[in-house]
Amino acid sequence: MRQLIIFVKKEFLHVFRDRKTLLMLFGLPIAQIVLFGFALSTEIKNSKITIVDYSKDVVTTNLIQKIGASNYFNIERSLKSATDLQADFKKGISKMAVIFPENFGSDLIHTGKATVQVIADASDPNLATTITNYVTQIINDFNAQLSANSAQPMQIMAEIQMLYNPELRGAPNFVPGVMALVLMLVCTMMTSVAIVKEKELGTMEVLLVSPFKPIYIIISKLTPYLIISVMNLFIILFLSAVFLDLQVKGSLLLLVFGSILFILTSLSIGLYLSIGAKTQQAAMGLALMGMMLPTMLLTGFLFPIENMPIVMQWLSNAVPSRWYFLIIKKVMLKGLGFKAVWKEILILGSMSVFLFAISLRKFKIRLE
Amino acid sequence: MLAVKDISFEVNKAEIFGLIGPDGAGKTTLFRILTTLLIADEGRATVNGLDVIKDYRRIRNSVGYMPGRFSLYQDLSIEENLSFFATVFGTTIKENYNLIKDIYQQIEPFKTRRAGKLSGGMKQKLALCCALIHKPDVLFLDEPTTGVDVVSRKEFWEMLKRLKAQGITILVSTPYMDEANLCDRIGLIQKGEILSIDTPGKIVQSFPEQLYAVKSANTFKLLHDVRSYANTKSCFAFGDALHVTFKEKKDEGILPYLHDKGHADVVMQPIPPSIEDCFIHLLKD
Amino acid sequence: MESVIKTEKLTKRFGHFIAANELTFDVNKGEIFGFLGANGAGKTTAMRMLCGLLKPSSGKATIAGFDVYTETEKIKRNIGYMSQRFSLYDNLTVTENIRFYAGIYGMRIKQIKTKTQELLKELQLEKEAKTLVSDLPLGWKQKLAFSVSVVHDPSIVFLDEPTGGVDPVTRRQFWDLIYFAADKGVTVFVTTHYMDEAEYCNRVSIMVDGVIAAMDSPAHLKQQFGYSNMEDVFYELARKAKRKGD
Repeated sequence: MRQLIIFVKKEFLHVFRDRKTLLMLFGLPIAQIVLFGFALSTEIKNSKITIVDYSKDVVTTNLIQKIGASNYFNIERSLKSATDLQADFKKGISKMAVIFPENFGSDLIHTGKATVQVIADASDPNLATTITNYVTQIINDFNAQLSANSAQPMQIMAEIQMLYNPELRGAPNFVPGVMALVLMLVCTMMTSVAIVKEKELGTMEVLLVSPFKPIYIIISKLTPYLIISVMNLFIILFLSAVFLDLQVKGSLLLLVFGSILFILTSLSIGLYLSIGAKTQQAAMGLALMGMMLPTMLLTGFLFPIENMPIVMQWLSNAVPSRWYFLIIKKVMLKGLGFKAVWKEILILGSMSVFLFAISLRKFKIRLE
Repeated sequence: MLAVKDISFEVNKAEIFGLIGPDGAGKTTLFRILTTLLIADEGRATVNGLDVIKDYRRIRNSVGYMPGRFSLYQDLSIEENLSFFATVFGTTIKENYNLIKDIYQQIEPFKTRRAGKLSGGMKQKLALCCALIHKPDVLFLDEPTTGVDVVSRKEFWEMLKRLKAQGITILVSTPYMDEANLCDRIGLIQKGEILSIDTPGKIVQSFPEQLYAVKSANTFKLLHDVRSYANTKSCFAFGDALHVTFKEKKDEGILPYLHDKGHADVVMQPIPPSIEDCFIHLLKD
Repeated sequence: MESVIKTEKLTKRFGHFIAANELTFDVNKGEIFGFLGANGAGKTTAMRMLCGLLKPSSGKATIAGFDVYTETEKIKRNIGYMSQRFSLYDNLTVTENIRFYAGIYGMRIKQIKTKTQELLKELQLEKEAKTLVSDLPLGWKQKLAFSVSVVHDPSIVFLDEPTGGVDPVTRRQFWDLIYFAADKGVTVFVTTHYMDEAEYCNRVSIMVDGVIAAMDSPAHLKQQFGYSNMEDVFYELARKAKRKGD
């Protein structure tokens, strides 16, 4: 028993003298509480919606005001006609549109019924379901108010249409997320481990003292993972098509191009991480902590970015997978072309060039 | 932490220069500076006339390096390792085969075996082949014989002698004092500083006093008694004998002193010092 | 003379490979016994069996009177062990290491305190009591490691290449410690690659290809093989080995 106590005491000493582990042991729970408690939430607030009011009468104005007053929605756009809606949805400007047909108010008073059209972007089915539920709730409340103040019952119905994903399948949302995560993990972690392994074994020393240029060392380390990642990409797409009935609506070429850019970015990150790490364990830890966590939290497939505090929304701009996620959704699900994704492609492209350049510079051609 | 300090020395062409010293003496640090892997804080160094900082690329193209741990690819076979390094150096196995033939033939029967599964002696031979494959002018071998069995060690030094005969300059480090005698010149290093540089013969000659070997049946007791003798300057155990030096040049009194202490059959004779004796002597200063 | 280690046809097989083949020998109390052999000869396997770390395939052995098959826990309590690769915790101080090992070996708290003071004084490490082991020079680490391995006054201590890579002066100081312990009656079972250290032993055994090829005092072995030093004796035996290493 005494021996056990002594051993435990020793183990405590080891733990407290290892700063990095300590940081993780205490830092992580605190970070998690802060994140999940305040920053991340599955609650949907401030969703951007578009209103199209063909009628412009008292009823519509009141209802629109009620909708706008709710925390759940931000009326981003008030359009004169619905023809521009398609573009808005494609660009992702709006998550939902509420359209009031002509003579809405008079129809309601004379027939006791009126229909408002609700169109939601269902590429994130959870989001779409939630916000259409919210708006339906508001309409029902409004109905109750109206009925209380008048003799005959009045009912406004919502006709809901789900865009891009009418069946509300989860796959269109999580497959892109999985793609981003898998590619990121494989490229970042495996690359950094491969380079650090060479350092750990000592073979890096021998390679450095040779005519073999350091840049070739880097390229030869990255190449297998580039090829494997592209293969993985095709496997995921194939499996999604066959088992999840998820086809690529847009250009496959564009999708592959965007993916390769993302892969290159992830590889560069892996390269950068390998420079500081001395052991394979450290490299893996850095990759997991440094990349997987932000990727999972800030890409936008688990938690909507729009709902996060401003600071975190800014931070998410630095996470490459966030941009890749957008590319996949736009090309794969919405069938959009280059014009819709040029911004994301530019960003990814710049990230990979930048990271590769600084990694190359920092790559040590000497030991420390 | 100071790893090496004020080290100045020269190695001549086709010489086997031994850097002799225990773990932590600074041997590996020195090697890494010379092979351009580390930059010294002060001072200069050149290899084959090339500066280790400015001309590091050219040095890296022309030297052979065998670092402390067996830095080969454990999951590649002997053959695969060798052809990889040949390619890295822009040559083929065939081109310089006659240089490594003697060594390679000993491991050739196992050429498809993975490097990780080789014995210490075989790994060492493979590593040497990989370091030689591009016919370097200078060979840097950092503790190549550590952890290797006695027989392989002897074979290894034979190989080094044959390489020297082909005109290759060899800088080798080792903690084993007995290997010092196999070098043309040696540098004794401890705690980052060089204690002495010269041929083994001259270092031995420079030992200041006459060294004696004293033996008796009970070595441990002898050690204690000789140390407590007034005229003893230094006394260290060397196997079955003690190596002793005296303060006064001629000592007459020790044998009767030991006899009194109960040692019946003491034998004392003058002996030439070994490198280890010299190292110990230099350490004391 | 009392035997503290007794083996009879002690054997260890790994599949078809016989690492240690019918080893039969005795070690006496207070003896310094050198256990030599080239890499791959079977030394490590044999030593592990004697320490109770590896179960033999066949044969018998008793350590300090305890059977290696059935009483391994008692064996471990009565022996000390020091290996070259590891002995002390780098990120603990000198004192913490001593206290830890003393505690692990079952010493009582009061005993631990006195013993710690004793040890620090003996090794002249009083000033370094609170220094992290990682900051000690290698030679001091080795000496401390040895003292820690005998902190509980075991009857036998097993030393696995304790002086590898250490400078010549420290090596000899280390052997002073070994002599001191042997004088107090501790039996020392040591393996080493330094042949001059073989000479410090009372008796020496040389393993080749899994069997004990020679065993006697250094003086007798030299006489028997006609050499003036142990290195040549060893070389002659090792040269004939068929197994070339790990």
